[in-house]
Amino acid sequence: MRISELFARGEFVLTAEVGPPKGFHLDHLLHEAEEFLQDVHAINVTDCQSSVMRLSSLATCKALKDKGLNSIFQLTCRDRNRIALQSDLLSAAFFGIDNMLALTGDHTVMGDTKQAKPVFDLDSVSLLHCVKTLESGVDLAGNELDGEPPKFAKGAVVSPCSDSVDVQLAKMERKVEAGAEYFQTQAVYDSEKFIRFMEKAKQFKVPVQLGVIIPKNAGMANFMNNNIAGVSIPPEIIEELKADKEKTKAGVTGVEITARIIKECKDHCQGVHIMALGWESKVPALLEQAGLKGS
Amino acid sequence: MLITQLKTADEIKSLAGSKTVIISCEGCKEVHFPAAAAGELQKDLLGSGTASKVIRTEYVCSPENLSVQTKKHMDKLNAADTIVVFSCGVGVQSVSEKFAGKPVFAGCDTLPLPGYQGVTPLEVDCDQCGECYLNSTGGICPIASCSKSLVNGQCGGCKDGKCEVDKEMECAWDRIYKRLDKLQLLDSMKYPAKLRNFAPGS
Ligand code: SF4
Ligand code: SF4
Repeated sequence: MRISELFARGEFVLTAEVGPPKGFHLDHLLHEAEEFLQDVHAINVTDCQSSVMRLSSLATCKALKDKGLNSIFQLTCRDRNRIALQSDLLSAAFFGIDNMLALTGDHTVMGDTKQAKPVFDLDSVSLLHCVKTLESGVDLAGNELDGEPPKFAKGAVVSPCSDSVDVQLAKMERKVEAGAEYFQTQAVYDSEKFIRFMEKAKQFKVPVQLGVIIPKNAGMANFMNNNIAGVSIPPEIIEELKADKEKTKAGVTGVEITARIIKECKDHCQGVHIMALGWESKVPALLEQAGLKGS
Repeated sequence: MLITQLKTADEIKSLAGSKTVIISCEGCKEVHFPAAAAGELQKDLLGSGTASKVIRTEYVCSPENLSVQTKKHMDKLNAADTIVVFSCGVGVQSVSEKFAGKPVFAGCDTLPLPGYQGVTPLEVDCDQCGECYLNSTGGICPIASCSKSLVNGQCGGCKDGKCEVDKEMECAWDRIYKRLDKLQLLDSMKYPAKLRNFAPGS
């Protein structure tokens, strides 16, 4: 089901993200999704995240759907030109997948196949425009589609804690103009920054889901600070992760920190997006502690 | 070889301010420049009072040469509210670097032609995309300066103003935003989604 309808009904929308494997065996992913992600409204499937070659987002979305789980088809512009992107969107519609999330995508040199040609024929903004065009019954070349056109809940991303937040807001506005109906944010570790961002973003009148990543340890936090654009983890949180190594290792500290951020921000946004990065098993505890279970 | 094509008279007139100085780059061997048509249009702009001066020159792509060529016109240029440049994309960018505090607009689109290309080693570059974007980007080329040649704004990979591909490289869209902000022209970024045209010869 389209998550835009949930937002329209005023629900606080919960989503979680999974990453397909390098290989075609989905048993583990599907098992974890069924076991731990029953309480979210939809599951995002990443599209060769960080430019690392993997099983496709589309196939994984279809497999989740076959298990009765609602999915969000993430689509980047890194590997496909506008012909392939439109074709994959029609394929998604054929499978009954009706949530999509448009991303520009990381550059190919960021991943494990640096020799590949970076495509970027479209970008996040023109991809949203592309989906809207398909929904109107024609393709980007202006040719008519056969039969009823597809319909998607069209999502996009934004980085509230980016060091160039004004540039991000400008881009967000372009995405809304192009058809974005909901936003998921890059991971937030600074609630005040997020709330300040939402003060500015609310003028666009589109629902925003707070993005969170459960921090696994201080090393991971430092790594993200140095390498991941749009993420900045305050020193207090890194200290908290260092304080009790056993507790941190068991995931207890990370879940505590994340639940606290959610609680601080939830009155300022319309949902939460959890990027578990392999810690799917911690999602139920996180929802419980954040007071979101059963919502 | 490159070929420059005039933008429409309407587009150019809409960009011009009330005290516009035109820089027309002529005589470059690498570029096919529509001199006669450009001359007509420039005359129009002078006649209607929009432009106060046309500076005819050559090789504005080279910053050193540009300085020499514009030296005796600096009074007019400093007083101008807008500079419209008739040249290839490199020339427009050299002018916009030199006059970073002023709106600098392109009067032409730049397209490739088979054959020899100028090999002047320069700070700025033009990929001859055929639909020059410099007028919405503060004179900074998003095709040649952004690692993904994005035309609709910054990607999510910019960190501390640097590009995700190379920490030594400035993010083009960070520069574009800052330049437009300084010129109070941020609204020029609010265009509908642009899709590039890769059809040959279009
Ligand atoms: S946008 Fe860039 S590549 Fe295109 S014509 Fe202008 S300067 Fe050249
Ligand atoms: S970080 Fe900036 S320059 Fe690099 S690809 Fe993204 S928008 Fe382009």
